[in-house]
Amino acid sequence: MSGERVKFGVVVFPGSNCDHDAYYVCKKVLGQDAAFLWHKETDLQNVDAVILPGGFSYGDYLRCGAIARFSPIMKEVVRFAEKGGTVIGICNGFQILVEAGLLPGVLLRNTSLRFVCRYVRLKVETTATRFTSACAPGAILSIPIAHGDGNYFTDPETLRRLEGNGQVVFRYCDAQGVPTPESNPNGSLANIAGIVNERGNVLGMMPHPERASDPVLGYTDGQRVFQSMVEYCQSQVPA
Amino acid sequence: MYTAKIRVTLRPSILDPQGKAVEHAIGALGVGSVQGVRMGKYIEMRVEGATEAEARKVTEDVCRKLLANPVMEDFVYDIEKI
Repeated sequence: MSGERVKFGVVVFPGSNCDHDAYYVCKKVLGQDAAFLWHKETDLQNVDAVILPGGFSYGDYLRCGAIARFSPIMKEVVRFAEKGGTVIGICNGFQILVEAGLLPGVLLRNTSLRFVCRYVRLKVETTATRFTSACAPGAILSIPIAHGDGNYFTDPETLRRLEGNGQVVFRYCDAQGVPTPESNPNGSLANIAGIVNERGNVLGMMPHPERASDPVLGYTDGQRVFQSMVEYCQSQVPA
Repeated sequence: MYTAKIRVTLRPSILDPQGKAVEHAIGALGVGSVQGVRMGKYIEMRVEGATEAEARKVTEDVCRKLLANPVMEDFVYDIEKI
């Protein structure tokens, strides 16, 4: 697929509400190809990368992401991820990825108990991933969050493994890039805002890069995430 | 046929800000003798099965795979014949 347009697949669950934003960014801002993947479908339509968008899939019933995980399309997404396919889960998409077991840990209720909707600063902890390769090392991104359950938690052993393997990709930080308690909007363990799996092909993040990609909205830092994915997919030689 | 009465609670190691907020509200009521408020979920369902052991196995399975997330929650249940 070298050099050609990358095809993004945006999964649509009942209650997804950032699906069109993600689709728009892929297609109109980045000039790539994109398709919606309805949750009842079982065909990923030969996409190069899958986006699980933000929203409130199935009304957040039971637990955020708990029901979406059982959608027919998710079986295919899991299979795609197991083969090394590129998958990004944003906000509710991150919650679905942890419920599906593609990423470790869980997203608890924000410690403030409030829905927090504002720009946050994110320290890019590693550029050695297919989601951050277009970022400058140590970059601080301005990207908005909008969630009530974004408080990342996991057991100490898993945290050690995440840190040791460089799987923590984004951390909430202050203007100097320091992950302070004040810059942590939801109580996340170690200020974690985004992680990848061990293999590095599945990323989950609570902030919304698709809401900070179109220049008309004022911030374009989110583009870096999608741009990295485009560059990675374009570098892959067809099988 | 059996009824399963399931309670899903946050594990003791998990902070429960909702429980804390309710605890504060109880204090605001003027009741000072209440502490350790923890919130959870109660789920009731009917389970078909020839024996209680069978119904128990199904309930256990559903709890493990869906109703509780073992990373943050524990569950207990009672099975009653109906």
